[in-house]
Amino acid sequence: MTTKPTPESRAPGVVFILKKALISAFVALVLFSLMIGIRTEAGPTGQLIYWTRFGELASLVAIVFGGSIVVELLRQWWGLADKVRVVPPAVQAGLSVAGRLVAPALLIFALLVPVIFYHQRYLLDLGILVLTYVMLGWGLNVVVGLAGLLDLGYVAFYAVGAYSFALLSTNFGLSFWICLPLAGILAACWGVMLGFPVLRLRGDYLAIVTLAFGEIIRLVIINWQSLTGGPNGVSGIPKPTLFGIPLTPGDDGLAARLGIPFSPTHRIVFLFYLILALALLTNWVTIRLRRLPIGRAWEALREDEVACRALGINTTTTKLTAFATGAMFGGFAGAFFATRQGFISPESFTFQESALVLAIVVLGGMGSQLGVALAALTMIGGFELFRGLEQYRMLVFGIAMVLLMIWRPRGLIGHRAPTIFLKQSQAISSDLVKEGHG
Amino acid sequence: MNGDILLSVDHLTMRFGGIVAVNDLSLAAKRREITALIGPNGAGKTTVFNCITGFYRPTSGTIRMPQDGGAEIKLERLNDFRIAKRAKVARTFQNIRLFPGMTALENLIVAQHNMLMRASGLTFLGLIGAPSWRSAEQRAIDLAKLWLDRIGLLDRADDAAGNLPYGDQRRLEIARAMCTEPVLLCLDEPAAGLNARESAGLNELLLSIRSDYGTSILLIEHDMSVVMEISDHVVVMDYGVKIAEGTPREVRDDPRVIAAYLGADEQEAIAVMESDA
Amino acid sequence: MDYFAQQVINGLVLGSIYGLIAIGYTMVYGIVGMINFAHGDIFMIGGFIALISFLVLVSLGLTAIPVVLLIVLLVSMAITALYGWTVERIAYRPLRHSFRLAPMLSAIGMSFVLSNFSQVAQGARVKPVPPIITGGYTLMESNGFAVRLSNVQIIVVLTTVVLLAIFTWLVSRTRLGRDMRACEQDQTMAALLGVDVDRTISMTFVIGAALAAVAGMMYLLYYGLVDFFMGFVAGIKAFTAAVLGGIGSLPGAMLGGLAIGLIETLWSAYFSVEYKDVAAFSILIIVLIFLPTGLLGRPEVEKV
Repeated sequence: MTTKPTPESRAPGVVFILKKALISAFVALVLFSLMIGIRTEAGPTGQLIYWTRFGELASLVAIVFGGSIVVELLRQWWGLADKVRVVPPAVQAGLSVAGRLVAPALLIFALLVPVIFYHQRYLLDLGILVLTYVMLGWGLNVVVGLAGLLDLGYVAFYAVGAYSFALLSTNFGLSFWICLPLAGILAACWGVMLGFPVLRLRGDYLAIVTLAFGEIIRLVIINWQSLTGGPNGVSGIPKPTLFGIPLTPGDDGLAARLGIPFSPTHRIVFLFYLILALALLTNWVTIRLRRLPIGRAWEALREDEVACRALGINTTTTKLTAFATGAMFGGFAGAFFATRQGFISPESFTFQESALVLAIVVLGGMGSQLGVALAALTMIGGFELFRGLEQYRMLVFGIAMVLLMIWRPRGLIGHRAPTIFLKQSQAISSDLVKEGHG
Repeated sequence: MNGDILLSVDHLTMRFGGIVAVNDLSLAAKRREITALIGPNGAGKTTVFNCITGFYRPTSGTIRMPQDGGAEIKLERLNDFRIAKRAKVARTFQNIRLFPGMTALENLIVAQHNMLMRASGLTFLGLIGAPSWRSAEQRAIDLAKLWLDRIGLLDRADDAAGNLPYGDQRRLEIARAMCTEPVLLCLDEPAAGLNARESAGLNELLLSIRSDYGTSILLIEHDMSVVMEISDHVVVMDYGVKIAEGTPREVRDDPRVIAAYLGADEQEAIAVMESDA
Repeated sequence: MDYFAQQVINGLVLGSIYGLIAIGYTMVYGIVGMINFAHGDIFMIGGFIALISFLVLVSLGLTAIPVVLLIVLLVSMAITALYGWTVERIAYRPLRHSFRLAPMLSAIGMSFVLSNFSQVAQGARVKPVPPIITGGYTLMESNGFAVRLSNVQIIVVLTTVVLLAIFTWLVSRTRLGRDMRACEQDQTMAALLGVDVDRTISMTFVIGAALAAVAGMMYLLYYGLVDFFMGFVAGIKAFTAAVLGGIGSLPGAMLGGLAIGLIETLWSAYFSVEYKDVAAFSILIIVLIFLPTGLLGRPEVEKV
C-alpha cells in the first residue's frame, strides 16, 4: 500500500534524498575515476599505454546518482519488511497447499522435459546442467543446510568424484555402474579424512579451512601431472551404457536392439534421466535421513551444539557423517560430470563453483529440498542468460549474492518443516531456525 | 540405597589464566537426594557445574561417580558428551538451550538419540524401515508424550520450542534432560525468571522426579523458596571456595552465609542476628 | 649459505607485503568478528590504482621518481581506502546484526564483484610495467653467487616499517585507537559510553584498506605486474599470516606475514615452486588445527 507523500512531508525528504544521491555520486566518481576513467592496456611494443573514457565515467556517475534517488524513494514507499515470527495460519495454509503442489508439478515437468524438448538439444543440455547443480545443492544442503557446517570447499568432493571416475574408467576399464559408486565412496572417504581434523573449528574458521582444502585439491590436480594429466586433464572418459548396452550407432547399440533409428539425442536423453535419477536418489535419502536419528542430530547440531553435547550426542561423529554424506553425493555428481563431458580438467573445479553451490543452498532456504531445487533452476537459468559475457556474469553473480544477503538472508523458502508430529505438522518460521556455527 | 554417595567432588580447582574460579572445593551428592549449590553471583557455581558435566577440564582435583560393583567413573577425564552418555549425568543451562527451530516433541526425541541410533542399527535398519526400528521409535514417542503430559505441554507438542513462553521453555528443558534417563540431573538456575506460582510448580516437578524416578538432583539456585523447600543438602560457595554446608535450616542460620550474601563481615552478621533475637 | 641468505632477504620482503595485508584481516576480525573475504581484492585494487596513477603521472611529464612514488602512494591509499569504506557500508553494515553466514556470503559476493569489476573495467589481460626502481647493493659475494639487496626491496621494507610505526602510534595513542580497542572488547558498552561504533568500524576498514593499498603498490614495484586474481591467493596467504600471528594481534599479523613470506620463499627455493601455494594453504590448516590462537594470540574459553 503506497501513500502519496504530501508536499509538506516530501520537502525535507527531497533535500535528504538529493544530499544522499550527491554523496553517492561523489563516491562513485572517486572510486571509478581511475578504474573506469582510464583504460590501460599492453600496447603494441609491450609498453603500457592508456586512453581516457571520461564519457563512460560521467554516465556511470550519473547512473549512480539516479539509482541512489530511486533506491531512497523505494525505501520510503515500501518501508521495512514485516518480520512475522509465527507464520499466520491463512498464509501457512496457502503455502502448504502451494508447497504440496509445486514439488510434484516440478517432478512431472522434469520427467517430461526430454519428451517436450526432444528436438532442442540446447535445452536438454541446459536441463542436464540444472539437474547437476540441483544434485550438488542437495548434497551441500546436508552439510550446510541441515548440519549447519560452513563448507566453502565443496568443489573438492566434486573434483575427487570426477577424477576418481575418470582415472578408474580410463586406467582400469571399469564400467560406469561400478565406477560411480566407487567415486562416491572415495569422495566420502576424502570427506572423512578432511573432516576429522577440522570439524572442531567453529564458523568462519571452518569455512576458510574448507576453502583452503578445496584450493589444495585443485593445485594438486594441476601439478601432479603423472596422475591427473595436469592442466591437460583426463580425456577419453567412456560414455555411460545402459547396463552394458552402449548407446552407439553400431549393431550392438541400443538403437539397433530396439529397432529404432539411431540418433545422438538418445545419449542426451539417457544422460538426462540418469542425472535425474541420481538427484532423486539424493533427495530421497536426505528426506529419509531427516526422519532418522542421524538427521535429527544434524539439525539439532545446527540449532545448538552445546545442548547436543549435554544430551550425550557425539558431535564429532555427527559432523563427520554429515560431511561424508554430503561428500558422497558430491562425488556422484562429479562422476556423472566426468562421463557426460568425456573430458575433465582442473579448470572446472575452482572456488567459484563452491561459491555457486553455496549460494544455491542459501538462496533455497537452508534445509529445504524444494527451495534448493528452485534456487538451482533460477541461478543456473540466470547464468545461461549471460552466456558469452563471462566477466559480467560473475560480476552480476557477486552483486546478486550481496543483495540476496541484505534482502533475504534466509532464502526463498521461509520455513522449516518438522520431521515428526503428534497432531499436525506446523511450519516453523525461519526466524526461529538457527543457521549453525559450524 | 538412600544416602549412598552418587557424586564425589574432591579438591576441585579450576584456573583460567591467572584467575582461580574454583579453589579446592569438595562436595558430595547422595543418591535420591536434592543437593543445592548456592552463593552470591560470581562465586563459581556454574564453573563447578561445567567441570562436573565436562564442559571444562578441571585444573586439578577429582570428580568421581561410584558404580555398582565397586567400579568408579572418573568424570574429570571425560568429554562432555561421554559424561552424559556413560555416567548418565544430564544438565540444563542458565540461559535456556533448547533447539528453538524444532518442535517440543522433536526436542524430546533428539534427547533419546543414543538409544534410537542403536535401535536404527546405525541408521541402516532405519533406512529400510525394519520393524524393530519402528517399535523403538514408537517407544521414544511414548516417552516424549509422557513427559510432555507431565509438564503440561502435550497440546503444544507440535509448536516450535522457540515460540513457547519462558516458563514452559524451562520445563521443557528439564523434560528433555529427563528423556535421557539420567541418574544425576544438574540444573543451572531452573527457577530463574519464574514467578511464585511457576516456582511452586517447579518444586512439585523436581520432587516428583526424585520420588518417581529416583534421580538425584544437583541444582544451582538463587531462589531461596525453591532451595529451602526441596533441598536435602545445601552447599554454599563464595569466591570459589565452599564456606558452609548442611541442611537448609543450618545453612540459613549460618552467619558466614549471611555475611557472604550481604557482602558484609561475619561479625556484623552475628551482631545483626543477635540484635533481632 | 649465500643462496640461503638471498632467499631470506627475498622472503622478508615478500613477508612485509603479506604483513601489511594481514593487518587488515586481523583488525576487522578483532572488531566485528568476521573474515573479510573481499580484503584480498582490495589489495588487488590498490595495486591497480597504483599502476594507473603511475602511468598517468609519468605520461604527464613528471619524472622525479621520489615525488611520483609519493603521489602514487597517497593517491592509491586514499582511493583504495574509499573502496574499503564503500564495501563496508554497502555489504557489511546492513548485515551487522544478521545471521552468522550472511556477512560471510556477502563478503564472498563482494570479492567476486571487485575482481570482476577490475576485469571488466580494465580488460582481462595482465598489465606489465617496466621496472620503476632499479639498482641495488651487493652485500656479499662468494663462489660466484652475489647476495643482492635491491633498492626496491629497501623501499618496501622501509615503507612497511614507517607505516607500521604510524599505525602502532595510531592504535595505542589516539582516540580512534582507543575506540577501536573498546569496540573490540564490548561494542554495546562502548556505544553506551559514547563511542561512535559505526564510525569506528568504518575507520577500521578504511585503515585496513589503506594498508592493503600500500601492499598493492609495493607488490607492483617489486614484481612489476598486477593481475585480477592475485587478490584471492594473496588474501588467503595473508589471512594465514594473521592466524599464525594470532588473530586480533597486530604485531602478530606482521610477524605472521614475515613468517609466511619466509616459508613460501624458502619452500620455492629448496623444494618445489609449483606447490608453494599448497605449502602456504597447508600452514593455514596446520595452524588452525594445532595452534588456533596463533603465536601471539589470547586463548578463548568457550562460555557455556
